[in-house]
Amino acid sequence: MKVSRRGLLGGGAAVAGVGGAFVAGRTSSPATADVANVGGGQPAFPFRGTHQAGVVTPAQERLHFAAFDLTTDSRDDVVALLQAWTDAAERMTQGEGAGPVGPTEGAANLPPDDTGEAIGLPPSGLTITFGFGPGFFERLGLDDRKPAALADLPHFPGDTLDPARSGGDLCVQACAQDPQVAVHAVRNLARIGFGAVAVRWSQLGFGRTSSTSTTQSTPRNLFGFKDGTANVKAEEDAALEEHVWVQPGDDGGDWLAGGSYLVARRINMTIEVWDRQPLEDQEGFVGRTKAGGAPLSGGQESTEPDFTMPGSDGPVIPEDAHVRVVHPSENDGIRMLRPGYNFVDGSNALGGLDAGLFFIAFVRDPGKQFVPVMNRMATTDALVEYLRFTSSALFAVPPGAGPGEYVGQALLA
Amino acid sequence: MRLPLLVAALVAVPALAACTENAPSSGGGAGESDAASARTVTVRSTDDACDLSATQAPAGTLTFDVANAGTQVTEFYLLGEDGLRIVGEVENIGPALDRQLVVDAPAGTYVTACKPGMKGEGIRAAFTVTDSTDAQQASADDQQLVEQAQANYDAYVQDQSDQLLVRTEQFVAAYEAGEDDRARAIYADARTHWERIETVAESFGDLDPKMDAREADLEPGQRWTGWHRIEKDLWPARAREDGRAYTPLTEQQRTTYGDDLLANTRTLDRRIQQLDFTVDQIANGSRGLLEEVATGKVTGEEEYWSRTDLWDFQANVDGARVGYEGVRPILEQKDPDLAKRLDQRFTELQTLLDAQRVGDGFTPYDDLAPDEVKALSDAVNALSEPLSELTAAVLG
Repeated sequence: MKVSRRGLLGGGAAVAGVGGAFVAGRTSSPATADVANVGGGQPAFPFRGTHQAGVVTPAQERLHFAAFDLTTDSRDDVVALLQAWTDAAERMTQGEGAGPVGPTEGAANLPPDDTGEAIGLPPSGLTITFGFGPGFFERLGLDDRKPAALADLPHFPGDTLDPARSGGDLCVQACAQDPQVAVHAVRNLARIGFGAVAVRWSQLGFGRTSSTSTTQSTPRNLFGFKDGTANVKAEEDAALEEHVWVQPGDDGGDWLAGGSYLVARRINMTIEVWDRQPLEDQEGFVGRTKAGGAPLSGGQESTEPDFTMPGSDGPVIPEDAHVRVVHPSENDGIRMLRPGYNFVDGSNALGGLDAGLFFIAFVRDPGKQFVPVMNRMATTDALVEYLRFTSSALFAVPPGAGPGEYVGQALLA
Repeated sequence: MRLPLLVAALVAVPALAACTENAPSSGGGAGESDAASARTVTVRSTDDACDLSATQAPAGTLTFDVANAGTQVTEFYLLGEDGLRIVGEVENIGPALDRQLVVDAPAGTYVTACKPGMKGEGIRAAFTVTDSTDAQQASADDQQLVEQAQANYDAYVQDQSDQLLVRTEQFVAAYEAGEDDRARAIYADARTHWERIETVAESFGDLDPKMDAREADLEPGQRWTGWHRIEKDLWPARAREDGRAYTPLTEQQRTTYGDDLLANTRTLDRRIQQLDFTVDQIANGSRGLLEEVATGKVTGEEEYWSRTDLWDFQANVDGARVGYEGVRPILEQKDPDLAKRLDQRFTELQTLLDAQRVGDGFTPYDDLAPDEVKALSDAVNALSEPLSELTAAVLG
């Protein structure tokens, strides 16, 4: 008998669970068109559709993100890889094994085509999102198809990047409610990729830090604050088209329309020093109260900050407060979709937490959206004194694969 | 931390408030518990009213829970009987937000004021603090101690700035004359005077990036000038690691960078001579200097080319200790236990630093063993935690 994780749990009926609320009122996104809820409120998101899942999908709790280097110059090899990855990703997001046989169903004298650690686990809202880095185009002789917006990111003030965990020719973002399911996805995709790609670096994230849907509350980052309240939300169709999805008329729109760009930044926090700041100073750096997340100009978390409201010594939301520095109203209306994750990679040599925020932004044009806001933040944001940028990468995220297609087919076919 | 010169007087102290609310009920029975709650007053500030839950309280540590029910930013003050002297204040309370004011108040007559919109005299009322047997009496010579601390610290900062200018003149002269050995010998010592008052020097946002920027801190297109630009030129070995090339600065470039550093140092010195410091700025500066150690020196990032990080480390600790010792007589009255703990932790850190002394200087950072760096870092953490309570304790 073929063991399906979905089958094991006897699920499969579409139930309006976590995802169900999100579906209401939306038809454009494949991630939300048909949500099967399997195993205690942990839905399976469809893999295929207009857009790749994992961009506007309500942010899951756990992340495993991996960047790969190409180890082949052969376009045919890469097409075969993307076909295999597409098939495996579709199966795994539906709660099945990575390969067509299954973790324990195959011949006894062969290694299984699924590694098995997800046996018995539900789909857990798994989404798998693929992207292509700048080197992908150079390596495969596709320079003429490379959009201008996929240029390497500039050096930002304060960057102390580790080259060994920056960049990459391809990326896989696996998000799920269960960390084992996300790790299982990356592990099996890496295994399928041997010969065509090799893992360059990867990052685990243990807790989402932002809400990407109005149905979600905003969680806290490791500073203990709510952030990202002004995120573009999945329900804002017009804003998504303007700020997140590449349009047909954009550079590279012939193959990238309906896709996006993914900026990844590993941002370490100097946790121990931060913890010694008086509460009032912490709130001044962020521009919000720690308790409820209300802007210092008053109200609730959802209240728009009033940057003109006078305070005792300058505006009540300080000039260098994070919420002001990155707010759309202070950045010519620039917005991003930012599903970031808290990470802790143990401790450093001095016994401090090696921890922070794995920042992810989806934007329509990184040069026009991410770069100016990052520059402004690096030079004027009070929080930067407690941050270290240790990794950076940029990828073009192709649109979703339709029935029978593989991810990135419009670029490589 | 926010630069100390910009830090507003910090009066609301949640940690202290918690002690006040929680401590007495266990030991002293109902009487003390009642006294504790009698020392907590709720304040509701609206656009045209300032409602207090009580108009009197027993002497001791009073807590005012201020809620802004108005539409503008508000402030709350406890003023002396003359309505002028500020006993305690809490600022920047946004609409629908709460803040706490914790203040030591001896028996006497006071004035409370809410200031919606932060304008005018505010909405005032009389407030009485009654005699209480369990109240800690504030010392009469508190004010004298504060003034002494301020005067001493003003003089210290000005003196360090003077010495910085003198040593920078010597350093630049040697560097521009091509006397590299002499310049290298002066470099770390000259920077000691900068690092001792680093939080003050950094507070001038226009000068700091020109004088103390590290290469990694630069914005695209920003010209790199100052101490570390010259440092790289004097110690180019690391710039040539891994087969990379480094082109030494020309004589003309040396003059340009040297003159620029000297001109900025003169400007800095001129401004510093006009500065006065409050007690909370001194205490915050002490905390800030230890933060500089934790984020730049103990990690060996500050003096990337010369590896003289321990000189800076010692100088930051010097400055922090002078600031602390200046306010120590006040702390001795308010929280002797904290003073004892800080004395001990400063000594423990200094013992570790002394072990790295070589002649007039220190072990180069690269020669430190990993466990020695770890021990220094642990001692910095051990000192920084109680030091982060200093400002609140001194003002409390």
